[in-house]
Amino acid sequence: MAKLEVKDVTFSYDNVTTIIKDINLTLNDGELVCLLGVSGGGKSTLFHIISGLNTPQQGQVLLNGEDITGQTGRVSYMLQKDMLLPYRTVVDNVALPMIIKGMKKKEARRIASGYFEQFGLEGTQELYPAELSGGMRQRAALLRTYLFSGDVALLDEPFSALDTLTKGEMHRWYLDVMNDIRLSTIFITHDIDEAILLSDRIYLLTGKPGTIADEIVIEEPKPRRKDFNLSEDFLRYKREIISKIGA
Amino acid sequence: MSAKLRSTISKIGYPLLTLLLLLLAWQLVCSLGNVPKYMLPSPADVVAAFQKDWRLMLGHARVTLTETFIGLFLGIAIGFLMAVVMDRFSILRKMVYPLIVVSQTIPTVAIAPLLVIWMGYQMLPKIVLIVLVVFFPITISLLEGFSSVDRDTVNLMRSMGANRMQIFRYVKLPNSIGHFFSSLKISVSYAVVSAVVSEWIGGTQGLGCYMTRVRKSYASDKMFAVIILISVISLVLIWLTSLIHRLCMPWDRINHKRHSHPY
Repeated sequence: MAKLEVKDVTFSYDNVTTIIKDINLTLNDGELVCLLGVSGGGKSTLFHIISGLNTPQQGQVLLNGEDITGQTGRVSYMLQKDMLLPYRTVVDNVALPMIIKGMKKKEARRIASGYFEQFGLEGTQELYPAELSGGMRQRAALLRTYLFSGDVALLDEPFSALDTLTKGEMHRWYLDVMNDIRLSTIFITHDIDEAILLSDRIYLLTGKPGTIADEIVIEEPKPRRKDFNLSEDFLRYKREIISKIGA
Repeated sequence: MSAKLRSTISKIGYPLLTLLLLLLAWQLVCSLGNVPKYMLPSPADVVAAFQKDWRLMLGHARVTLTETFIGLFLGIAIGFLMAVVMDRFSILRKMVYPLIVVSQTIPTVAIAPLLVIWMGYQMLPKIVLIVLVVFFPITISLLEGFSSVDRDTVNLMRSMGANRMQIFRYVKLPNSIGHFFSSLKISVSYAVVSAVVSEWIGGTQGLGCYMTRVRKSYASDKMFAVIILISVISLVLIWLTSLIHRLCMPWDRINHKRHSHPY
């Protein structure tokens, strides 16, 4: 059974402009799936629906077979900016989702601290977010996302704010961590290279209203070989995607 | 000498120098110009007056400070409550907010005598006046802080399943601490002034009362002494507020350091 299923979802603001139409997608356990499309194509709207912030006019969201349409607090959602609260220390930021679920502060901090090394954040527990580098902030935000729910995560352009070099480093680190924690993830990007490099499958979201135009499976085994992003296979995927989204 | 110490010295040193020169000029005018003491006492006269009357003044200061603190505390509590309620129920905000703003155009000195007529010569009318003056900046700044939260941050909290209370506690409240303290600094000095003003109008104790008495007996040296004392009290309270502000927002210093420009 699929971990997460989006069935025939259609959404419009005020029933006037339809943003996305008849969206169907599935996410299997431990999979990394990418939603690729141009800006303003309804990708973030779809995430708002899966996370329960918005309720679609039509369609369902199923988590482990259970209908969670319009319910918040079920899948973790990382928005574009890192959104670390500037007035909380890193460990208090990361522990926040567990505290919101009703866990004792001390216990939440203890659990959160246990992941700091794996997420490359050792020694930053008592610092404030402003004292971290961009990459570290992003990793802290990812850890917070993971600690909210180890089940399914939605990442909205998680690496878009980083410079190219940091981005490459983050990609390698991210694939490593995902290899260990097997978090089922859907992430949004408009960066084709990033999509091919990280994903098991790619959904192409195109048109207005946004619809799923195609699904591309990246056959390349994980962990990826070192020069995958320079290989002929990589370019073949890239050509295919470009021709399909008409970019 | 560290750069920080040097910058502090130059920051305090220069205005202090100006002050000393002014005091010197003032003393010279009084000593050489033969100005009568009841018109303009010299700085030396003022110091002497303070030396002579300081016990009495401090007794009055205690009353004024008590009123100030009770008024401030109640004003903050009421201001906070109003801000929370108006933030929660936007209809109330629409109904009340404009009226509060308009009400602020009524001068304090106009309300003070009325309060004395209604409530007598004890502490109550003074405290009420302070509350009326204090709650306004507190309410406005807290409301501003509550409503200036980042929408995406609120969305993130909601996606985590946070309820309204939790969003308030973890996002809105900490987000408005800075707003709160900048208005508290204003409120503190308003509170002291309001206490003094309402003591002028009617009362038997307090620095305002003392001021009225020495004015009536043309003891200008004591008048100056008490004015200076009131200023010092205000300054100390503002400084205390800044200190608490810094202690409450340890992250603020870091953010400033990071975003501060070299010029």
